[in-house]
Amino acid sequence: MTPSSSIAAPGAAVPGHEAHDDHGHHPSYLTDGTTVKSWLLTVDHKRIGIMYMAWILLFFLVGGIFALLIRIELLTPGPTIMDAMTYNRVFTLHGVVMIFLFMIPAIPGIFGNFMLPLMLGAKDVAFPRLNLLSLYVYLAGAGFALWGMLNGGLDTGWTFYTPYSAHTTTTVAPVLFGAFIIGFSSILTGMNFIVTTHTMRAPGITWFKMPLMVWALYATSCIQVLATPVIGLLLLLVTAENLFSLGMFDVARGGDPVLFQHLFWFYSHPAVYIMVLPAFGVMSEVVSAFSRKNIFGYRAVAYSSVGIAFVGFFAWGHHMFVSGQSTFNAGVFGVLSMLVGVFTAIKVFNWVGTVYKGAVEFSTPFAYFCGFLFFTVFGGMTGIAVATVSLDVPWHDTYFVVAHFHFIMVGATIMAFLAALHYWFPKMFGKMYHEGWGLVSAALIILGFNATFIPQFLVGNAGMPRRYYEYPERFQALNVASTAGASLLAFGFIIIAIYLTYALIYGKRVDNPWNSKGYEWLTMSPPPTHNFIGPQPTYPEEPHFYVDPKKAQGEVSDV
Amino acid sequence: MSDLANQFLFLPERASTFAERVDFLHYFVVGTTMVMSAGVGLAALFMFFRYRRRESHQHTEYVVPDLKTEFLFVSVPLVFFLAWFAIGFRDFTWYTTPPKDSMDVYVMGKQWMWKFSYPEGPNGVNVLHVPANRPVRLLITSRDVIHSFYVPSFRIKMDALPGRYTQAWFEATKPGTYQVLCTEYCGLSHSKMLAEVVVLSPEDYENWLKEQQRGRLQDRQDALADTSLVPPVARMAEQGQKLVGTQGCLKCHSVDGSKHIGPTFLGLYERNEKLEDGQNIRVDEAYITQSMMDPGAHIVAGYQNVMPTYQGKLQGPESAAIVEYIKTLRTANVRETASEGPAYDPIQ
Repeated sequence: MTPSSSIAAPGAAVPGHEAHDDHGHHPSYLTDGTTVKSWLLTVDHKRIGIMYMAWILLFFLVGGIFALLIRIELLTPGPTIMDAMTYNRVFTLHGVVMIFLFMIPAIPGIFGNFMLPLMLGAKDVAFPRLNLLSLYVYLAGAGFALWGMLNGGLDTGWTFYTPYSAHTTTTVAPVLFGAFIIGFSSILTGMNFIVTTHTMRAPGITWFKMPLMVWALYATSCIQVLATPVIGLLLLLVTAENLFSLGMFDVARGGDPVLFQHLFWFYSHPAVYIMVLPAFGVMSEVVSAFSRKNIFGYRAVAYSSVGIAFVGFFAWGHHMFVSGQSTFNAGVFGVLSMLVGVFTAIKVFNWVGTVYKGAVEFSTPFAYFCGFLFFTVFGGMTGIAVATVSLDVPWHDTYFVVAHFHFIMVGATIMAFLAALHYWFPKMFGKMYHEGWGLVSAALIILGFNATFIPQFLVGNAGMPRRYYEYPERFQALNVASTAGASLLAFGFIIIAIYLTYALIYGKRVDNPWNSKGYEWLTMSPPPTHNFIGPQPTYPEEPHFYVDPKKAQGEVSDV
Repeated sequence: MSDLANQFLFLPERASTFAERVDFLHYFVVGTTMVMSAGVGLAALFMFFRYRRRESHQHTEYVVPDLKTEFLFVSVPLVFFLAWFAIGFRDFTWYTTPPKDSMDVYVMGKQWMWKFSYPEGPNGVNVLHVPANRPVRLLITSRDVIHSFYVPSFRIKMDALPGRYTQAWFEATKPGTYQVLCTEYCGLSHSKMLAEVVVLSPEDYENWLKEQQRGRLQDRQDALADTSLVPPVARMAEQGQKLVGTQGCLKCHSVDGSKHIGPTFLGLYERNEKLEDGQNIRVDEAYITQSMMDPGAHIVAGYQNVMPTYQGKLQGPESAAIVEYIKTLRTANVRETASEGPAYDPIQ
């Protein structure tokens, strides 16, 4: 896309941007109504995003505490702090909470809700009331699941594999039903984002001028709408199997235990991309803002999001190479899985390319970008390794896989989540945090994460299976290293919680501390209730257009 | 050299022919991954420094890649990934195709132990004896939930599914004792479901086998628990012969090739059967087991779907014994043509 120089820089054309010295006349969304009711019944996408944030951070804390319990238990080969049944429930709880209550909704729920309309120049999402409903549906599901886990607790692991989940005496039904309800929230949010992207773009924002975050959220929403119903039905079937012994997955009644795995991974493999695609979107914004550069290959990054969303649907069978599926199937799923790697590689190369001839400011969000780059490359490459059929035979269901999916799903997503939190904190609250503490905690977290999961790759190589309460002595050294890393990681998060809370109350008032030219920065920080004050903004340039307007003509250079 | 690499990667001792193939690809993939990650990382670090920000409102050039660059971004990873896939799939095909002359052992997982039974007679719990340098095919099933049979030193793994046989094979390269782990979460004592493979030299294995057949049962733990199902000294095939009588199989299946309500057992094993839906199927352990557990799944052309399921009526070792019995009923001329159909129309 050739930028035109005849129109002034985007900031100048947006009335909302000038209005930021005008706080007295135009309250921000935070101060526009302060009663409890004005929050709980709000239809403002920004307030809904903030409420999502409060809950999701709480669930992250819960999942994190259980992660630490797991690591402490694995400090010694035998029993350490709990018995086997408790441990089995704890790792199930860790998985269920982190996947369904944190990873899947985190970035779309918080930053997607907050930023999507701002990035499209819209006043709100297409269906604001539906948006509020999806928050409450999410909370209802979370309540159900947590209630079930506290009253009995299930021990199936978050994958709920049959026939075990159909036979176990622990309380499976409420948790599965909770996950089923959360699925509705996911579908509603996805629908809302799709419709918003199609119909609410401000004049001037064409498809190929949308911020890459929007592209990523759009692709994510498509997966959510298409795949979530499958797991919804599956969870109902397992619940029924568990309660009424239907026989769907029971060989004795002509059922098929492997059918469950097919249906489960048909959702849960694309769900991995529900978690990482928004992360990729955040990172495209961050690398652009902190390099002060347009994205290197904008279209390639946009298309690869859609590509991952599409191919992601045809790779589920790589979870089942040793489940007795045919050799031919293994080959097909193996080769299709490779394509996901190629799409991810396109993104990685284009992010690195974005830095080329840029102007890099190494602040906290950019530090997370560096960590993200490492986790994505290493997590992605180990993903290709486990998708290589013969290599997956020894690796399948060992700690190698645990380390791999923590690297790509958790590492990359947490980096993006923290980058988004730091990058958009001033946008959301109009306050600034302490940069030094930001960098210190980023270093701690990246270091801690590596220290936690690199030993797990190795212990997986050595042959330690996942979901082990006890393990042979020879695995101990690596487990101790991993636990040490986890405590470092926890320490990093505590620091973040402290300085961000401090910044929320005492932080210096700022408007656009990064001088970012992302569309969401075209209005004041924090934004007013309907996002923009005055007439409809116009968008003459693409987002993150940092070219000198005087020199813009003929400035396009190819590499 | 490769021992050093194994130490560096914490890989366990390499003790099977498959392990050698897998490890080679492992080094290749891990090596390339490291080099490529380092390349991307160093390029990024260099550029962070080279293009650091000098003033807060700095302008930048508008740079977009040309098609050649993007093509490079796509093709380089694609070539590598496909190369790994090709090597990996070749090895996987090798892994899923046991040699014709391999020796069979039946493996059954149950909460929380592994049971092994040999067609020649002996069986045991949690200790699998095999000879070195001879292909061994494992026919794996489960009695309750899904388990997964994993021998790190052999690099082999296969899920154990209730009501179905899966297979895995290996050729151990050196005598020794190797650990077996369960890698599919199977409940409370998942991490205690350990067993071992004892690889013996061919002579030692023969001696061991003779001792077993003399009835001097040396197996550990509760091998006796299941004597009701497969007496340790009896041959599985003999057990199967009794079972087909007591379970009523012979009411519909003949063993002499004569027509009856169901296909004859004579020459059934490894026969190509034409199915009702027009497909062909090669009769193997998996098909026979499936036909016992879910008779309606693949009906041989010309026959009616009248057989009841034996799921729950036959234990894992019993169905294995029947399969072994059917295997003994081979004829010199295995029939390749379509089935001729039953002797008379079954009573509806």
